[in-house]
Amino acid sequence: MRLGFLVDLDLCMGCKACEVACKVENNVPLHSWRLRVKYVDVGTYPETKRTFTPLRCNHCEDAPCERICPVSALHYLENGIVNIDKERCIGCAGCMMACPYGAIYMDPETNTADKCTFCAHRVASSMMPACVVACPVEANIFGDLDDPNSNISQYIMKHQKDGGIKVRKPEKNTHPKHFYKGGGEVQLNPLASKREEGFNLFNEITHLDHIGGH
Amino acid sequence: MVEHTIPATNAIVTLDVPVTEVIWGWMITLNMWAKSIATGVIFIGAYLLARYGKETGEKVRFYMPVVSFVFLNIFLLFTLLDLHQPFRMLNIFLHPNFTSAITVGAWLATILTGIIFLMTLIVVKPKIVKRKSKAECRLAPYYDTFLKIAVVLAIPVTLYTATIMGEATARELWQTPTELVQMLTAALLCGSAVFLLIGGDFPYAAKRDLAIILGVSAFIAFVVYMGEYYFGHMKAEEVAAVLANVKEGGEYHVLFWIGQWVAFIVPMALVYLSLRSKTSSLLYLASLLAIVGLYVTKHVWLIIPQLLPLS
Repeated sequence: MRLGFLVDLDLCMGCKACEVACKVENNVPLHSWRLRVKYVDVGTYPETKRTFTPLRCNHCEDAPCERICPVSALHYLENGIVNIDKERCIGCAGCMMACPYGAIYMDPETNTADKCTFCAHRVASSMMPACVVACPVEANIFGDLDDPNSNISQYIMKHQKDGGIKVRKPEKNTHPKHFYKGGGEVQLNPLASKREEGFNLFNEITHLDHIGGH
Repeated sequence: MVEHTIPATNAIVTLDVPVTEVIWGWMITLNMWAKSIATGVIFIGAYLLARYGKETGEKVRFYMPVVSFVFLNIFLLFTLLDLHQPFRMLNIFLHPNFTSAITVGAWLATILTGIIFLMTLIVVKPKIVKRKSKAECRLAPYYDTFLKIAVVLAIPVTLYTATIMGEATARELWQTPTELVQMLTAALLCGSAVFLLIGGDFPYAAKRDLAIILGVSAFIAFVVYMGEYYFGHMKAEEVAAVLANVKEGGEYHVLFWIGQWVAFIVPMALVYLSLRSKTSSLLYLASLLAIVGLYVTKHVWLIIPQLLPLS
């Protein structure tokens, strides 16, 4: 079994239900995100549109975070999920430096690294990840990439002919198991869009102080 | 901000999480800097003992392990303090993952510190124990054996941080081959600078050798930095974005050039003037500047790729 994820960006409407569901399901602390939806505005008025891109751990087959973790706190489960053992993590932040997708954060309450685990605890109980359940337009598709009859495999086979299936930063050779349908440079390449200071909704963000550590 | 927009799309991020704050900061800079001094004095000390055994011997045999031991402990202390869970450091030995350069480095650095501790004990004990009969350390006959082991171990210990930087896949600026050269030149720069500072009574030939090592190390390091600074953008979009930020006057622009001048350019000039005039007084200043400037240089290079948004 090789679990993977696909987001159909043509369906996503940026409602952030997945983001909220993830926060609630995993008790993600204030100012930290396992999953977030990035908005990018494209074009010049009046020819403008807004794109929405959910971003989470890519559960890479050749995960840099797993390789750099000195104590194997980041490890593979048999189903291909890159999981994290928070009891073992020493908080060196090597994984944060290694992840090209910025998907790992330092939990301010436990002082350990944390990230999306595809809701491994729910998957173990034969449930879908919380974000999949919450999506009102079924833009999140989760399943076994090794099973040709799974919904995700069928979706990839149907749309990959016209180059419609992409991953983030393929040049990093991490072989992500998280795919996007309908994504372009603007959504998937952080350097293809500008971040203007003063126009970010998170300008006045409150940071939790780390308990212990620094 | 270090990213750019494509004019044709005029794409602007209107909602996302803020760019993550700098993750590896001054403590990691201090870690690398202290490690360069700790391993550098071993390399240069071993060279001085081999080449000028009689003239420099006693002083080098004393200061090499002592300086190395002090800076190895600074390096290990700040490595520990930088952890968010420092009391779990033991997990590196109980649950090691040897694909991680952090693990390999921690193991080797620990062994090296043990060896250097024994060498320090050998040279310090006679100075602090007053009774002559008990002053000499029983391990004294093994000093040279320990030194050989220390030189071999110091090579991977000084280099492993380059591999960590290579494993940091998100930071394209750090490439293992060039970082290996930078780590080695930093160690030689610091090692020669430390012995120039403490070796006032060394023969001129030894000082000249140290000055040449200092000057050549500074030159190689400077050339590699300039190569990356001016030509790095050709290979990768992320490197281009990081360097553009520095070149265009970002907050680290001035600091980058201060580092280059203080660590490399001025010491090179002072070494040249000193060798021409056959005087060693300028070498004190060159050594001091090189050691201080190296901290600034390392710090800038550590921070700038972390300013890049990853999502």
